[in-house]
Amino acid sequence: MKISEKWLREWVSPALSTRELAHQITMAGLEVDAIEPVADMFSGVVVAEILSVEPHPDADKLRVCQVSAGSETVQIVCGAPNARAGLKVPLAQVEAELPGNFKIKRAKLRGVESQGMLCAEQELGLSDSSDGLMELASEAPVGIDLRHYLELDDQVIDISVTPNRADCLGIAGIAREVGLLNNLAVTEPAFTKASETITDTISIEVQAEECCPRYVGRVIKGIDISRPSPQWLQEKLRRCGVRSIDAVVDVTNYLLLELGQPMHAFDHGKLHGAIEVRMAAPDESIELLDGKTLKLSADTLVIADCEGPLAMAGIMGGQRSAVSSTTKDIVLEAAFFAPKPLAGRARSYGLHTDSSHRFERGVDFELQVQAMERATQMLLELVGGEAGPIQEVVSKNNLPARPDVVLRAARIEKVLGLSLSADEVERILCGLGLGVTETDGGWCCSVPSWRFDITIEVDLLEELARVYGYNRLPVTHIHAKLEMQARPETDLSIRYLRRHLSARGYREAITYSFVDPQLQRIFDPEQAPVALSNPISADMAVMRTSLLPGLVSAVLHNTNRQQPSVRLFETGLRFIPDDSGLRQVPTLAMVSTGPRFEESWASPADDSDFFDLKGDIESLLGLTRRSEHFSFGATSRPALHPGQTACITRKGDVVGVVGALHPSVGTELGLNAPLYLCEIDLAVLVEGEIPKYAELSKFPEVRRDLAVVVDKTVSSARLMGDVRAAAGTYITDLRLFDVYTGKGIDPKRKSLALGLTFRDQSRTLGEEDVNVAVGQVIDLLEKNYNADLRN
Amino acid sequence: MENLEPLANQARSAIAAAQDSATLEQLRVDYLGKKGQLTGLLKGLSNLTPEDRPKAGALINVVKQELQELIGERKTALDATAVKAKLEQEAIDVTMPGRAKTIGGVHPVTQTIERMEDFFSAIGFDVVEGPEIEDDYHNFEALNIPAHHPARAMHDTFYVDEHTVLRTHTSPVQVRVMESQEPPLRIICPGRVYRCDSDLTHTPMFHQVEGLLIDEHSSFSDLKGLIEDFLRVFFERDLEVRFRPSYFPFTEPSAEVDIQCVNCGGKGCRVCSQTGWLEVMGCGMVHPKVFEAAGIDTEKYSGFAFGMGVERLAMLRYGVNDLRLFFDNDLRFLEQF
Repeated sequence: MKISEKWLREWVSPALSTRELAHQITMAGLEVDAIEPVADMFSGVVVAEILSVEPHPDADKLRVCQVSAGSETVQIVCGAPNARAGLKVPLAQVEAELPGNFKIKRAKLRGVESQGMLCAEQELGLSDSSDGLMELASEAPVGIDLRHYLELDDQVIDISVTPNRADCLGIAGIAREVGLLNNLAVTEPAFTKASETITDTISIEVQAEECCPRYVGRVIKGIDISRPSPQWLQEKLRRCGVRSIDAVVDVTNYLLLELGQPMHAFDHGKLHGAIEVRMAAPDESIELLDGKTLKLSADTLVIADCEGPLAMAGIMGGQRSAVSSTTKDIVLEAAFFAPKPLAGRARSYGLHTDSSHRFERGVDFELQVQAMERATQMLLELVGGEAGPIQEVVSKNNLPARPDVVLRAARIEKVLGLSLSADEVERILCGLGLGVTETDGGWCCSVPSWRFDITIEVDLLEELARVYGYNRLPVTHIHAKLEMQARPETDLSIRYLRRHLSARGYREAITYSFVDPQLQRIFDPEQAPVALSNPISADMAVMRTSLLPGLVSAVLHNTNRQQPSVRLFETGLRFIPDDSGLRQVPTLAMVSTGPRFEESWASPADDSDFFDLKGDIESLLGLTRRSEHFSFGATSRPALHPGQTACITRKGDVVGVVGALHPSVGTELGLNAPLYLCEIDLAVLVEGEIPKYAELSKFPEVRRDLAVVVDKTVSSARLMGDVRAAAGTYITDLRLFDVYTGKGIDPKRKSLALGLTFRDQSRTLGEEDVNVAVGQVIDLLEKNYNADLRN
Repeated sequence: MENLEPLANQARSAIAAAQDSATLEQLRVDYLGKKGQLTGLLKGLSNLTPEDRPKAGALINVVKQELQELIGERKTALDATAVKAKLEQEAIDVTMPGRAKTIGGVHPVTQTIERMEDFFSAIGFDVVEGPEIEDDYHNFEALNIPAHHPARAMHDTFYVDEHTVLRTHTSPVQVRVMESQEPPLRIICPGRVYRCDSDLTHTPMFHQVEGLLIDEHSSFSDLKGLIEDFLRVFFERDLEVRFRPSYFPFTEPSAEVDIQCVNCGGKGCRVCSQTGWLEVMGCGMVHPKVFEAAGIDTEKYSGFAFGMGVERLAMLRYGVNDLRLFFDNDLRFLEQF
């Protein structure tokens, strides 16, 4: 909320600079976002009166004005359409300096002398735009310095008021805080109540009493709305970010800003029958002041007459009964609409107004009559007219309850860690407007009508801490029992995996959890993803069911920026809706493309391939000490290469996949080089094994190599599994140390070179032992794999 | 015997002239071997008179001894030269770059979270994680943010359906812990959070670390001490810290925490919008309604909670000036951490 410092100081004026004041209220919980001068710096600008306007002899759009600057009359050439005789305007005299270091000099415009410049608001830094000269009030004294006249040496203090402090959504509320913080009395502006001179009333029927516990109305007749708001009123509004409309609207806005009471004025002549305060009827709609027509829902409170809704109560007025330039008689409204029923209503229509902002948070429910008196007095002074009696409809039962709140002295120490004297406690609470009665061990406090945020003890503790000053509260250290926590050795830290992958050349990426539905469909067409009902954009509309789309996009980001080699990994949740509900599965994914090594004298320039990535996965599986639980088998997946994809299983359950991106998908996405991807459930990677020592053999090992030719389609993993089983109990290691296809081999066949290592715990193996084992292996290979032994 | 000295001279110069150990070996055979010339002279002693024999034998043996030594010395010298030559030949340019594989790295957001976890776990906080698609109850209701509460508007929530949201903070994890565990509790909850907001200073996803401590005697002054400690160790300097009253529905009293600007030291600069202060986190005493929702006795226990944006702290720590860089995953950015 923007407030004028001068306006605030009319209520309470501590001996503090603007900055000190801003700091003080910030530290009391009313955060000052910005302090800005109400006008940019300028000098040499005075109030002037245009005496005559003549056409320029040589320019259609320019006119020549004779302007009185008080002591002298000067000639000014001016292009503004609203320049007219009798108008009071700001005049930048010769030698004046306008914002932006703009110095005014004597000049000739198309041959006609101009001794200064008539100014628009924008040129003086008073507004961001303007469509003509700034029009000053007709009573403005000619010749006087404009800064002085408009009291421009003022600051706008922009305060961000938290939702609990609706009482500070007006000058009065902030003044109350400032008064308390500085131990100063707050003076409300004095005014004399306008007297009722007519007896006209309007019938008010409040049907929705719960939503509108108090409705105050008043008929004012015979106003002269052609009289503009005085400059001081317009200026005050402008400084608080509100545009001047006409005197009636300006006065209601003035009270909104000053007291925090939203008000509304209806054109009496446009009302038909009684004013009703009720819920919207089915199929009712309203044309709002901003010209939009809304269909109202049944939970919307309206102000209506017998012809239908006049206003959305507490949100915005309607066009039909709006005050206009022809308005003579008005009905002024100052109501208390209860916060709860109103909460969220404006937002449900996509609206947010100064009025709804306040009512939703809580307007002082004792304020309406006072605001009505003040508004009447101002209006009669500004636009004349005669006021009828104040009409008030109250439903006492529905006014907010303000039960007393008990504060125990002991809780102050317990919660705040602070011992505060009884005097200080009472000073603070009384200063906030609470009624304070000392009780046994504490106080009983009555809560004022403007505080909607004080209902329990801790609310009072907060007030004490806040006013006392958070930074004056003591600083201590927590005390706790030092108990050792169990840490299962089988739980592998995800940090360990991250460092391991990073040592193998992978960089961790963090991609958005929401992805492009189209990309999602390419990778996981079978799985319907969780869709957001309000995505931030169409390409971030569904929750990922796989980490791969996000990582592939990250690869693209880099390959599009001349990075040939990209290795990334990410950990995070996949979101899988299924019959049992939604599963949020911790997952690790890796991608790899480009040269295996950085370009170097020492390294071959080969591209990495499937087996690089697979090797990296195997190394991760090795960390669990349970490699033997995992196996890889050929499979096919959407978006992956049908001949280069393996599923990863653990004891028969599929836990992941590794493969090459399908070349046509790569082309579609704009990836030229082959890309290898892997995704695996994180849970299986962080579940380790406690090492168990096995006796070291004292006897030498024996190695035998076998080269066999088998069909290309043979799975080497299966073959090796069988070999190991057939090799008896002495085999300790089996490795595939060469694979050969090509010259000398049937094109449908491949040669596998196996290294078998044998050893026994209790003796040196003899030639015969090993021969028996190898014989069994050869038998198996010949029988089950149609293998030829190579020599 | 008269040819002993010429033979010795001949052998001496041949040994001195030998250029490799094979030649030297041949010389040894030629002179000192079983059929060698010096051995031949010894054999010829039998032709001498018994009186002359010992003297001549001694002379020959002296020469034999000498030649053996000369050969040995020459061999040592030749070996040293050969080794030296070999080493010279094996010399490499040690300044060439090593045969290293590229090293990867951990994302700065993760690094920041890990640092935070370390600070807190060292004083007995457990690290807890939870679901990112949350129900309305855990994200809002249980945290004293009922439907239509104005604070909901501050959250810019992503909705999946009427009752399901992308969590807007990691506080729902705290709720889940309070539901399932008895106080005393000390936890921190790191993780991804989501807000429907995207501009220069907001990304629709970011990370938070939230903390919760519940005990029989924990007060706002403890909270202040903990936060001040944390900020000091996180930034590794003595920073001025200030606590400003603020409002969160789930804590009361609530505070925003500002630190002296780490860029300008409080003098005022672009980073701190000339204020000298940077808002870094929110905190407060757990609201009684939150305790009530979780079934915790508000008379017996009190507690506090705090929450901070990881990216915000990482930006300040490492001088990153654009939030969006964290999610572009540009290698040129990631490689800097």
